[in-house]
Order: sequence, then structure tokens, then C-alpha cells
Amino acid sequence: MKKIVELCVRNVLFVSAAVTTLAIVLIVIFLFRQGVGLFARPAVEEGFSLVVSAGNPVKKLTPQQVKLIFDGDVDNWSFLGGSHEPIEIYRWNEEIPVMNERSIAFIPTQYVSSLPGVRTVDMGRISPGDYFGGREWFPTSQPVPLFGVLPLLAGTLWVSLAAILFALPFGLAIAIYMAELAPKRIHGILKPVIELLAGIPSVVYGFFGLVVLVPLIQKSMNLPVGETAFAGAVVLAIMALPTIVTVAADALRTVPKAAREASLALGASQMQTIFRVTIPYCASGILAAVVLGIGRAVGETMAVLMVTGNAAIIPDSLFKPVRTIPATIAAELGEAPAGGAHYQALFMLGIILFFITLLISISVEIMSSRKRRQEI
Amino acid sequence: MYSIVAEHIDFYYQKFHALKDISLEVEEHTVTAFIGPSGCGKSTFLRIMNRMNDLIDGTSMTGKMFIEGKDIYGRGVDVDQLRSIVGMVFQKPNPFPKSIYENVAYGLRVAGIRDRHLIGERVELSLKSAALWDEVKDKLKKSAFELSGGQQQRLCIARALAVKPGIILMDEPASALDPLSTAKIEDLIFSLKDEYTIVIVTHNMQQASRVSDKTAFFYMGSLVEYGNTRDIFMNPVKEATQNYITGRFG
Repeated sequence: MKKIVELCVRNVLFVSAAVTTLAIVLIVIFLFRQGVGLFARPAVEEGFSLVVSAGNPVKKLTPQQVKLIFDGDVDNWSFLGGSHEPIEIYRWNEEIPVMNERSIAFIPTQYVSSLPGVRTVDMGRISPGDYFGGREWFPTSQPVPLFGVLPLLAGTLWVSLAAILFALPFGLAIAIYMAELAPKRIHGILKPVIELLAGIPSVVYGFFGLVVLVPLIQKSMNLPVGETAFAGAVVLAIMALPTIVTVAADALRTVPKAAREASLALGASQMQTIFRVTIPYCASGILAAVVLGIGRAVGETMAVLMVTGNAAIIPDSLFKPVRTIPATIAAELGEAPAGGAHYQALFMLGIILFFITLLISISVEIMSSRKRRQEI
Repeated sequence: MYSIVAEHIDFYYQKFHALKDISLEVEEHTVTAFIGPSGCGKSTFLRIMNRMNDLIDGTSMTGKMFIEGKDIYGRGVDVDQLRSIVGMVFQKPNPFPKSIYENVAYGLRVAGIRDRHLIGERVELSLKSAALWDEVKDKLKKSAFELSGGQQQRLCIARALAVKPGIILMDEPASALDPLSTAKIEDLIFSLKDEYTIVIVTHNMQQASRVSDKTAFFYMGSLVEYGNTRDIFMNPVKEATQNYITGRFG
């Protein structure tokens, strides 16, 4: 009987571990399957073609050039290596355009053959270079969407970095106070409060940021809009604080009493002991706290979406609107047709995010294993 | 001249009466051993001498403790300053996770000494006094954790010597070491006597009789007997002392 129970428990444990692992692997596979098809797609919207007159010397156009043409920013063929003629644009409005030498038209591919004297412009496929190195994110622009992730990547890193710079000094200060200085009674109050901070849903933080922080920043800095990278960084800093404090305080608590006593017994003051012995002793643990805090900031979606203004521009200051990768996915996935290029581009963003957080977890793992070695 | 004078010390952990009316004097440049069974209060008493018990919550104390003539529990006492006069070596070697050199230099650096030349001299001298110099002079930059347990303990002694204390407290300094390392530590204690006043807590009766000039026997928080080591071991006055040193309990 006892044997059977033991066998059951063992199997239940094994099955739950296996199912969890399998689920995670499947999610990763799903992510890759959805995202990776992006680079097999033509740059022009599927079913449509860009055509020019057969005599036009311009053979190839980049997605950026097409966007400039259709936005009216480039209005002469000479900018594109053609003759000195103005560009005439035809967008698809259910009727077949009348073409001349100066025209460029965006029409369903099925009508190309019915137009005499025209040629399809070779746009190629969506290239990884344009995706990872592109500076413009216009996923719904017609006729050619632009998927350049640099502004999103820059926005994510910018906000996360600023958040960690705000959160780190405070977080470490609180951790040191809690682990080294606080009397038992205050520690008893502070610890649950910090842990409570971790339990607040991120929408609430976002709401707080939107209602309190954003107007405050707008007024005090005299900005056109208050929804800036700065607002996102502050909200993220508050959200990353519990992670940093708890992990760092735990690390500080692993420092043996003997190390502190040795320092104090040599005439070192309490502050000298903290900064010269205790912190170096658990440096790797504190570093892990920092990296985990960054991880928390990088992946956060809702709060950032609500307060950063969501402009996909490479930021040059903390007081500009930015758009982060998670916020982009959350905001755009609902409008992107399933299986389309936009949809796949968003999944590709998810893959990028996945690799960033993977990198973070691996570095935490390396650091904590180094810590274990040091303690022996 | 007495280095340490304790007057009617009572000490409590919360409600527990750990030391009962202890008075004793320790002469300069002598080795005094505190012996007694576990929990008798000898380590607690040792830690009163450099106010190490301040770090434990819920303790209280009455009585007076004079170190080199100064009441260390009086008003306006700089505890950090006190601890640089009264060095301490702990039961388990506890070097810092720093290089051998930096371990010894630590006390000087926290005291605000910047002169590199002076620090270098002091480190060498301290390591020589602790009979460790020959073993480590070629690897001063190596981590202290690479040393053996006995070497680490001598490093801890060197570290304490570097700040030039008048008194060194040793809390069972050899209890975690093998016999050979223990013998080295004992030789060291003997040689340090000329310059330092040493108080050593030990479980090892032979050790007490080998290294100390005076011995104090603690039992259940009381100082049962205190006198010359030879007298304590050869002609103990109290029956409890007799029983303990002959191994009838403890």
C-alpha cells in the first residue's frame, strides 16, 4: 500500500514537471513559428503590386523610398535615379488608373497584365536588415509597411535603463537599511509594505502614473505632453523596487555574522563594515538583484503603455514620448490581421524580448553560481 | 598595573541571568585563560571587554568594566576606538573575502591610515609577529580563502595585531584547528605575551595549563575560582574546580 502511494506521488510530481516544461517549450516554438515567416514575405502588401511605365529607368525601390513617394516627400524621379520628371501617384480606389511615364501606381496584382506598357517594380522581400536596422516603425503604412524595430528597442532600453538608475539607489538603500540597521519592529512593518508593492496590479501603477505623474511632469517641465520616457521610467522604478529590495536584502542576510563581527572587532564603524565588508561579501547577490530589476522593467507592459506616449521615435531625451516593445505588441496585436506581415512582425518583437530576458536570466544564473563558489 | 578590571558585573540575555556578580583583574602582559563548561558565561564575559555584546538584542548589564583605567560602559565612550585597543580573535577563522594583504591592512584602512608605506610595513610586521610571513610573503595578493584553516586563524591574529591593540581577546581560537595548527597558535600566544595582554577562552584544559599565567574557572554564570594557573590546576580550592579539571563533568 505504502509502495503504491509512493509510486503515485512520484508520478504526479514527474508529470507536473514534464507538463510545465513541455508547455514552456511549446510556447517558445509557437512564438518562433509565428514570427519567423516574416522574412519570407514580399515587402509590398500581398496581392498588390507597384507598377511604373515600362520606360521608367527606376528598376528597384526600397520600402523607405516608396513611403517617401506616397507621402509626397519625394515628388521627382530624379531623386530616385530617374529622369527629371514629377512623380504622379495612383492609389488603388477600385478603378484602373491611366498610366503615363511619370506615374507610379499601387494596384492589385491581377490587373497588372491588363495595363499596357507597365512594369512591376521589384521590391524584394522584407529583409532582416531592414527589420533589425530600420529606424522607422510604420506597420500599417500603404502600400509598403515599414518594420524597423530600432525605435522600439531603443525605447525599451531607454525606459528600462532610466528606471533602473532611479530604482537602484533607493532599492539598495532600503535593502541595506532593512537588513542591517532597522530595528525588529520597523523591519516588521517595512517588509510587508515592500512585498505589498509587488502585489499591486500594473494597471493600477499605470493609472497612478497617468493621473498623477503625467500632469505633474507636463506642468513642472513645461512640456507639450507629459507622457514621456521619464514618466514610464518613474513608474517602472517603483514597480522594480520590491524585486530589488527583496533580492538584495536576502543577499545581505546571507553574509555570515562572523564577517561583520570581524570587521567591528577591528574598530571599524557600522557604516565602514557595511560598505567595506558586508556589501563586497554579497556583491554577486546584489548584482543579481539589479539584473532581476532590469528584467522586471524590460518586460513590463501595461503601466508603460499607459504613460509613455507610444511614439515610435528613437528618443534623444528622457522627456520625449517613447514606445517600448511590450507596449507595441499589446497595443497593435489586436488590429493586426492574423498571419499577416504586421502580425508576424509583432511576434518577431516577442522573440527579441524573449532573447533579452533569456540573456538576463542566464547572467543571473552565472552570477549566483559564482556566489556559491565563493562561499566555499 | 592592571589592564582589565571588572567590578560586580551582572549580565542578562532577556531574563536569563548569564553572569552573576563577576569581579576580576587582569595584569598587563599576561595570558589569562577562562575555562568552564559550555554555557558558563566565559565567552559572554570576554565579549563584554570589547562591547561585542552590544550587537545582541535584548541584553542588559550592570557593574563596571575598566580597560586600561577607563570605564568602557561610561558616557561618551567611542566603541570603535575601544575595539581598536581591544582586539579579538574568533572561534572559527573569519578572514574577509579579500587578499591576504588587504585582510591585514583592513584595520588600518578603517582607522583612516592612507600612508601606503606605513601600511606595507605594518602588514609585514604583523604577519611576522603572527608567524605567517614566511608562508605567505610570495602570495600576498592571493585570496585569504586559499590558506589552510590554521593559516587563516594566524592571519586573523595578524589582522588583529596590525591595529596595535594593547589587549587581545581570543574566543577558543584553536577549537576548529588540527593539533599541529593548535600547537602553532599556542606558541604564538606565548611569544605575544611580551607585548600584549591576552585573554583566552578555551575548552581545552591542557591548553589553558600550557599557555596561561592565570586561570579563571566559570560555572553557571559565576566566577568560581581565579588564580595562578599552577595553583588552579595543582591545588584548586573549590570542589567544583577540582571536579571540572579532573574531568568529572564538563
